[in-house]
Amino acid sequence: MPMVTLVDYGLGNIQAFAHIYQRLNIPVEVAKTADQLAKAEKLVLPGVGAFDWAMTRLNDSGLRDTLDELVLRQRVPVLGVCVGMQMMAHRSEEGELPGLGWIDAEVLRFDPAQIGETPLPHMGWNDVRPAATDSLFRGIEAPRFYFLHSYCIAPRQPADVLATARYGSDFTAAVRSGHVFGTQFHPEKSHQWGIDLLRNFAEF
Amino acid sequence: MLRPRIIPCLLIHKGGLVKTVQFGAPKYVGDPLNAVRIFNEKEVDELMVLDIDASRLGRAPNETLIGQLAAECRMPLCYGGGVKTVEQFERLIALGVEKVAVSSAAVDDPALVTRAAERFGSQSVVVVIDVKIAGLLRQAEVLTLNATRRSGLEPVAFARKMQDLGAGEIVLNSVDRDGQLQGYDLNLVERVRQAVSVPLTVLGGAGSLDDIRGLVRRYPVIGAAAGSLFVFKGKYRAVLINYPGRTERDALARPVETQADSS
Repeated sequence: MPMVTLVDYGLGNIQAFAHIYQRLNIPVEVAKTADQLAKAEKLVLPGVGAFDWAMTRLNDSGLRDTLDELVLRQRVPVLGVCVGMQMMAHRSEEGELPGLGWIDAEVLRFDPAQIGETPLPHMGWNDVRPAATDSLFRGIEAPRFYFLHSYCIAPRQPADVLATARYGSDFTAAVRSGHVFGTQFHPEKSHQWGIDLLRNFAEF
Repeated sequence: MLRPRIIPCLLIHKGGLVKTVQFGAPKYVGDPLNAVRIFNEKEVDELMVLDIDASRLGRAPNETLIGQLAAECRMPLCYGGGVKTVEQFERLIALGVEKVAVSSAAVDDPALVTRAAERFGSQSVVVVIDVKIAGLLRQAEVLTLNATRRSGLEPVAFARKMQDLGAGEIVLNSVDRDGQLQGYDLNLVERVRQAVSVPLTVLGGAGSLDDIRGLVRRYPVIGAAAGSLFVFKGKYRAVLINYPGRTERDALARPVETQADSS
């Protein structure tokens, strides 16, 4: 099975991903430098924090050019998680820096006109409805995952919506555009549901 | 449907886990990493770990232990204790903590909440408010440093202020009810819920799943946290880590009208 490379730019729970893959006996490594990244066959881009902060950390990490090369030209499969997914869009209402632009989408704040009095951030376990069950969600029954966010990705192509969830109104919980995957929820913090999803990504 | 969060709260004291009564009389209940492994098996919704020595003794967070806990946790982790600076927020988030809690630092330096929220987003900034009902007029007051220091602050207004400064979650912790197993202070919960719109988590007093059921039925989006309930069993308070199973939790969260047996 191909190695899963965790992109370590100083944000997100690298060790939680590593633990899960080790327990699954799936080869995993952590890349902190462009050299370590260069041979990656599968990428996980984690993230916790505000959009501009995460983009700044990634841009300053020395990994950006190699990542773009891997994802855009070599078409290496990538899974962005939470802000890691949001960074793959063109831009976010949370910040001013441009995103990676790996997926044709932008990131918007939950709209009060649609969700009403529902508290933000959206925090906790929610049901997820996959539009397709052949990739990340294969074999996962009654999927539920942990969410922690106030902003949502909005793909311009409806076909890029891989799963939705409901919080006041429906929003995009996971995206897929070819080899580019993203989840708004945290699979590394979602017990067996998340472990199954991470295995599916490794096996994709 | 977003489920209510049912959250074990673990207290760290002298390197071990303890459970207190009204913030005193710490009783040793086990090893932190071992407890996390058991809670992993029980698929808990999320975990809150509070180091009750750090702020009181002026210590920084124990990053070695927190890093081990965060890596072991297969559920989100909220850590609090000794956090005073944005740099500490940054290091804890880099260690894999999803949510960082402040308490005395939020009282002493409210702008810290804003600085942290601007950099890391509100979703990672939690304010824990320890509340004691005190005085002849039975007024609620915010206390800090394990309830050893009075702040003079009124908790409902303080919760509102913390939200306005950028906190993404308020943890309302009742000093009086800690370890009493007599139920949550629903009166105080109602007043704070009316005042804030960010997620609210309630801690202090839960003695049974009925207490949790009562809370989550009343408030559809809420965190129900407990210490004693999830680490003790029986009237002699034998240490036994426990947590409701998946079907039991789903039933707790179900609206009353669809519940076959709501008694």
